[in-house]
Amino acid sequence: MANPDFQGREYPATVPYAVGREKIREFAEAVGATDPAHHDLVAARGLGYPDLVAPPTFAVVIAQRSEGQYVTDPAAGIDFSRVVHADERFTHHRPIVAGDELVTVLHVDSVTSRGPLSMVTTRCEIFAAPGTGAENGSPAPGGVDAGSDRPGTPVATVTSTLAIRGEDA
Amino acid sequence: MTAQADRTGTVDTGTRPRLADLAVGDSIGTRTIEFDRPRLVRYAGASGDFNRIHWDQDFAERVGLPGVIAHGMLTMGSVAGLVTEWAGDPGAVVDYTTRFSRPVPVPAQGTAVVEVAGKIATLDAEAGTARVDLTVTFEGARVLMKTQAVVRLAP
Repeated sequence: MANPDFQGREYPATVPYAVGREKIREFAEAVGATDPAHHDLVAARGLGYPDLVAPPTFAVVIAQRSEGQYVTDPAAGIDFSRVVHADERFTHHRPIVAGDELVTVLHVDSVTSRGPLSMVTTRCEIFAAPGTGAENGSPAPGGVDAGSDRPGTPVATVTSTLAIRGEDA
Repeated sequence: MTAQADRTGTVDTGTRPRLADLAVGDSIGTRTIEFDRPRLVRYAGASGDFNRIHWDQDFAERVGLPGVIAHGMLTMGSVAGLVTEWAGDPGAVVDYTTRFSRPVPVPAQGTAVVEVAGKIATLDAEAGTARVDLTVTFEGARVLMKTQAVVRLAP
């Protein structure tokens, strides 16, 4: 059963993930995304982007790395062989583009159990790392709080819920 | 389908949908997507999700699944193409959410065929967005539920 003590936990910001052109092309190919803005620099710039644009679910690559800090922690009580993905949400404060250097702060928003079934909801707040030149995208709604302790400009929020079946489920 | 940059560097949005031309209930089209085992391996590599249930038949059966199943995120990611190609700009999707209601088993030989259809669910002129709801089915049953993409469009 998932350990309820993890609810509300916040992890330190990850080291930056560098978004590469070839990674965007590889991911786009894997999900069958043929839009030229994923593959062709001229097409992406024609749409007003500084570089190749990531597909709408690309942020899962970054989020799942960060979620690993929690779900692979033996103390969290999550048997990954019994995990089923329940839901997923991507909120893009601005599109992810090649050249971005992104850091993630992982939050465990909810841990609940009913009978042998546990549900855990995580939230990854993804930011453009300060001073990397990746902060030049459109400002996020509400802008940046000067003086806040957030590690950069908000880029995306990824919320994921996993269901973990107990041995009897 | 794809907007072209003109000589002044601005974008010709003439071929892209505009909010004023849309009505709730309009179809944005349909698409058929086929998943085979190599496709799952390719997605595993591209995404970094190497959970064995997506490529190891024995393992999948041992943990109580009918066999190897597609990554839910592969299905979610693949059906998004219907929306981004309709919008003409993959960066226009500001919010995208789904629930995973049923697994998609992918046979060792042949393919699993997933059907997707999209409709305009809501229009928000003030925010400059349309919400597209996707219906995603495999063998007649819905495999994703509440699949909603909010897309920023020109007025």
